[in-house]
Amino acid sequence: MNLALTTEQEEVRRLARDFAEREVKPRAEAIDHQVEFPRDLVNKASELGLLGLLVPEAHGGAGLDHVSFAIFIEEVARFSASTAVIVDVHTSVGTEPIVLFGTDDQKRRWLPDLANGKKLAAFALTEPEAGSDAAHLKTTAKRDGDHYVLNGSKIFITNAGEAESYIVMATVKPGSGAEGVTAFVVAGDNPGLKVGPPFTKMGLNGSAIAELFFDGCEVPAEDRLGAEGEGFRIAMRALDSGRIGISAQAVGLAQGALDDAIAYARDRKQFGKPIADLQTIQNKVADMAVKVRAARWMTWNAASRCDAGLPFTKEAAMAKLFATDSAMEVTLDALQVFGGYGYLEDYPMARRVRDAKACQIYEGTNQIQRVVIAREVLGG
Amino acid sequence: MDFQLNDEQRQVQAMVHDLCLERVAPRAAQIDASGEFPWDIKALFAAHDILAIPFTAEYGGVSGSAVTLIVATEEISKYCVTSSLILGVQSLGSLPIRLAGSDAQKRQYLPPLAKGDRLAAYALTEPGSGSDAGGMQTRALRHGDTYVINGSKTFITAGSVADTIVVFARSDQDGGASTRNISAFIVEKDMPGFRVGKLEKKLGIRGSPTAQLFFEDLAVPAGNRLGAEGEGFKLAMRVLDHSRPGIAAQALGLAEGALDLACRYAKERHQFGKSITEFQGVQFMLADMATQIEAARALTYASGDAIDRELPEINVSSAMAKVFASDTAMRVTTDAVQILGGYGYLRDFPAERMMRDAKITQIYEGTNEIQRLVIARGMLKERD
Repeated sequence: MNLALTTEQEEVRRLARDFAEREVKPRAEAIDHQVEFPRDLVNKASELGLLGLLVPEAHGGAGLDHVSFAIFIEEVARFSASTAVIVDVHTSVGTEPIVLFGTDDQKRRWLPDLANGKKLAAFALTEPEAGSDAAHLKTTAKRDGDHYVLNGSKIFITNAGEAESYIVMATVKPGSGAEGVTAFVVAGDNPGLKVGPPFTKMGLNGSAIAELFFDGCEVPAEDRLGAEGEGFRIAMRALDSGRIGISAQAVGLAQGALDDAIAYARDRKQFGKPIADLQTIQNKVADMAVKVRAARWMTWNAASRCDAGLPFTKEAAMAKLFATDSAMEVTLDALQVFGGYGYLEDYPMARRVRDAKACQIYEGTNQIQRVVIAREVLGG
Repeated sequence: MDFQLNDEQRQVQAMVHDLCLERVAPRAAQIDASGEFPWDIKALFAAHDILAIPFTAEYGGVSGSAVTLIVATEEISKYCVTSSLILGVQSLGSLPIRLAGSDAQKRQYLPPLAKGDRLAAYALTEPGSGSDAGGMQTRALRHGDTYVINGSKTFITAGSVADTIVVFARSDQDGGASTRNISAFIVEKDMPGFRVGKLEKKLGIRGSPTAQLFFEDLAVPAGNRLGAEGEGFKLAMRVLDHSRPGIAAQALGLAEGALDLACRYAKERHQFGKSITEFQGVQFMLADMATQIEAARALTYASGDAIDRELPEINVSSAMAKVFASDTAMRVTTDAVQILGGYGYLRDFPAERMMRDAKITQIYEGTNEIQRLVIARGMLKERD
């Protein structure tokens, strides 16, 4: 056991922290308040090579590990969870399935543009009636000669409308559950794909989340990812490492909230002294710090298991559950330290609370994480 | 970044686990019921070099790695926290010598402790000074080549069975209340003036004797002073920074033992015509217990790794591990009793003992309230 970051991981942290502090921090409030999709930040991240972090060097990426990926997402999320989820979805669930399950031809055709950020990626599994129960999705894929025809709809798709590449799960055997689920890579400009207007949300305002409609959408058979019926397994594997990203996002949100709470507590004077001198504030700071630290270690543990080729489904689910519940608690406590000011949208505390809530819901609700964990703990 | 245990750590883990499953687990309920120190387990641990784990080979030990000690403590605590304290106090009591002892002191005192021929204890707390350790009243006044110690200590784990006890006392002549006039001394139980008072009756860890110690004109050679005069308080705090991961490891193992028990029971228990594991109410309790344990394990191992890598902020990482793992042990053992229902409340099952044992981990080696102060100070100072 040696928990020191490698030189490479330290380098990613330096690069990502610099990017987050110089580029993301000044833009964070406007992205949220003006509901702007931060394409500029996505472009800057790609110039730094961060969007191709998990893509092998042979296909134009940086070929780095999941610990580095988690570090990147955390650093961005300290200031803007909206920006973090955009790059997270692109890097992990939007791109990684092609790295893991794509043929050489598919990797050559898709990965270089995803790695260099010319194309932004999205992942489409959830449907209006298939959320936690993802295996019972209704979108169909019917083989017709050298292509498939997709019909149906998807909902809650991050980067919808902004992405140029969608990994879409559809069934080739309607009514068969997981057995018929098949994965496809669908181009954003496919004429059979329509994107609904972005939803108005509680938080994550800079991230576009919308519905997708497939109406006789023709997808070349060569863009089928994996075999027919392999889609559910691909989706679950994608979500396992996607959860590392969401955990990292939650850690960043909580760390940012803690940093601000500490700075405020040291500045704010009441009863003739900084409120940091009061034990009730000290206790809050201590509990927040412990949760953030534990969540980060859990996230890095899941990531390093993934990198070592060890099973990590349980560890990723635990990290996701713990980190996102912690982010909710820590952002609320940090707001409380700010008192009335925390409730104002002039400070980032309220925004972090709004953003943190999403983390408990997406990439598998925390209730689904508990189902996964209980299954693992009870041994199937 | 490597979270995997190395070969030494894996071997120790497997050896301690197998040994405890076979020899300690069947004794745990008896040890609790009798409230007697388990000399047989002490002999077993000595024979298998488990008591040698805190010590480096140079002084007769087998490891010296904080992570290895954590792993061993965790394995013992899955079955019997009282037994884990034999190793825990051997480490705690020897830490002042390992951290501040001269080479001669180390050569004299550490090998018999590593071998398990002698037992160690750590005497800091007094009736009037617990969290406020700097307020201690025990005095050690210098007379030529000796110090004469007068006073008393309380809550001393293994105090009645220990041979070598590190005692903290005020060593200045005027007895002012500064933390800068506290010194540490190696005291041996056969020194005249050393007396063991009553053994406490406790909620849990009943086989681990908790003693009052009295010092009446106890003369200690000046050569038994650890470090410089007046540096005892700093040493006491450093010792606790190094030992708290051990309490975290106890709590972690205890929680793991409780979760394992709850899972085994839940799988067998049928109500409403099916296993209670099929109810989400039970599944989610188990998932939350497991997740809290995972978080506690991450913090605990990381605190050991920080010691092994000699990082500067081990006071914070150790306090974080201790507070989180012990709070987790309390919650998880309480939930384990709950999952076993009425059976969990009976002495026939180990769940209630685990819950009683868990409580102490939130209190000793610095209450969790003190841990939060340590962490908050560290966090609020970081940006100075």
